[in-house]
Amino acid sequence: MNAVNSGRALPWALVAPALGWTLLFFVLPFVAMAVSSLTAHEGGGFTLSNYSQFFANPSYWQAMVNSLQVTAIVTVISVLLAYPFAWILAEQVPERWQRLALMLAVLPFWTSYVVRSYSWLLVLAQNGVVNRALTGSGLFGEPLQLANTRLATVTGFVHFFVMLLTLTIFANLKQLSPSYRKAAADLGAGSLRTFLHVVLPLTLPGIMVGAFLTFVLCIGDYITPQILGGNNELLMPQLVMMQIGRRGDFPLASALSIILMAVVTVAYLACSRWLKIERA
Amino acid sequence: MSVNPKTPNPAVRNPLSVLKSHLQGACAAAALLLAAGSLAQAQDLNALIWCDHADPALLQPFEEANGVKVNVKEFEGTGAGLAIVEQSQPGDWDVMVIDSIDIPRGVEKGLFEPLPEDKLPLADLFPQVKMDSSTVVDGKRYGITEKFGYNTIGYNKTKVDPADMQSLAALTGDKYKGKIAIYDYYLPVIGMAALAIGKKTAELTEADLPAIKEELLKMKANAKLVGEVTASQTALATGEVDILVGGGEWVTAGLAKENPALDFSIPKEGAVLWSQSLAMFKDSKNKELALKFIQYIMSPEGQARLATSSCYWGMPASSKAALSDEQKNILRFDEQPEFLARAQSYPAPNADLDKKMQDVWTEMLQAQ
Repeated sequence: MNAVNSGRALPWALVAPALGWTLLFFVLPFVAMAVSSLTAHEGGGFTLSNYSQFFANPSYWQAMVNSLQVTAIVTVISVLLAYPFAWILAEQVPERWQRLALMLAVLPFWTSYVVRSYSWLLVLAQNGVVNRALTGSGLFGEPLQLANTRLATVTGFVHFFVMLLTLTIFANLKQLSPSYRKAAADLGAGSLRTFLHVVLPLTLPGIMVGAFLTFVLCIGDYITPQILGGNNELLMPQLVMMQIGRRGDFPLASALSIILMAVVTVAYLACSRWLKIERA
Repeated sequence: MSVNPKTPNPAVRNPLSVLKSHLQGACAAAALLLAAGSLAQAQDLNALIWCDHADPALLQPFEEANGVKVNVKEFEGTGAGLAIVEQSQPGDWDVMVIDSIDIPRGVEKGLFEPLPEDKLPLADLFPQVKMDSSTVVDGKRYGITEKFGYNTIGYNKTKVDPADMQSLAALTGDKYKGKIAIYDYYLPVIGMAALAIGKKTAELTEADLPAIKEELLKMKANAKLVGEVTASQTALATGEVDILVGGGEWVTAGLAKENPALDFSIPKEGAVLWSQSLAMFKDSKNKELALKFIQYIMSPEGQARLATSSCYWGMPASSKAALSDEQKNILRFDEQPEFLARAQSYPAPNADLDKKMQDVWTEMLQAQ
């Protein structure tokens, strides 16, 4: 009997630290945030006004639209750039150089996220490297406005997320057994057809995992749009932060954060069929 | 100014509030557990500050003279600062730097201790920055102005005509389109927009907001970016823009050595006067040391060090600040009487108007 009990207790004991961590640092703060979102800023009573404000105020709604647009653009561009990059690393670079090549590919990860964003600001500035090259080469008479735009925000994001996606797609490509390609070749498929009908569908889970991570990290990021976007449009994280600074309106900030989490949840559900961990 | 302290009766609190307070308590307990290792000792001074007070050149002389350690925590925005206090234990903090206009918010929450006026050099302060309407509540002084300046027009005098900078109309005309940055803080820039349309910043009401919004949208149409302190300072310093709406000595003075072309004007319509104060916490365990710290900051030496802090420069509230001639020149110290005469007070809206002003600001940011 004791052996049975200890057999049941062991799994719980093993997951207890992770469970405790999740309860303390996710469930508890989330419940606190949910309760706060239903509380009036002045007076503290129950209210739904923090949520209704979001739907009633076009500027708030626009922040969500901007966030979704930027996130979608960043995710698509990052996937389009990362896939060929990961494929070249996995398929074209000799095995003995792959580790070094991968390390070089993720080298920008080693620098601070904030420093990297400010670096982009200087690169894209009116007197920055890009504009000097464009005007110096005679392509443009006047410097272009590159910094403090959505283009700058997208550039900063893509630089970061291409690295992330490269890692997930590379891992997926390396897991792919060469037998699949050989079988496709035996059946008469050319390189393109093998890629389109065999390799690409089998690496779709890696793409989706990376794309989902990109989506989640991008839509919740405050630093990049704040530094590179020049506040010429607001994204959701910036709108959330605005409520806190001077006014300390944590209830409204909480409601906006929960709406943002709801969008992420919808994205998760949309991708969930590709996000399963189990392997065949 | 009348204050109406809110003292909720637990018997009539709704279940949501009770749950919220329990959750806040649990979160605060967890945070305290985590912070226990770094919490200051009782004899140290714990200060909630803005970045200018983090300069070792300012703190070290006080620490050495008194044999104490000043533990500082930086915050931005009164709301964020008050949230830190609410999540701390009573007595965790001794002094706080706060927007002068927000002192009544802290008093209303029962946070601050009245300051002994006879032990502070109030007579040395520029009269216009004493801000008694905010720093004195119900006849008691809860704060003392330590530093001030102007939200006005900061510009590069080699790139723009300084004569144009004598009117706020230059910000909405075509001449400098695309050469302008706007400081991303709604209260002072809304104040400037109000000045541009002939309104007094102390008398703003909800009825003024449509006209203010229109003026802000005109500024935005001319602007290349709307940036917080670092971004707007960088944009002006690197030549990305030539004019900073809302800028002033706090942007240009600290960069004077590297970029002497940067300057600021007080246009004919006026400028918005900002000021920051020091307040002492009612629950401080080191009130004597806290008062010493405030006295040090308000001393001629402390005022000079604070005014020229590495984070940002600003005018010392005390006319006796021990600044060098060069520093005075950079801060345009001798022109202050004239500047102060033309400056208008920082907008101090009530909670409802504050929210509406922030929404107008949000609309301006979203405008394309």
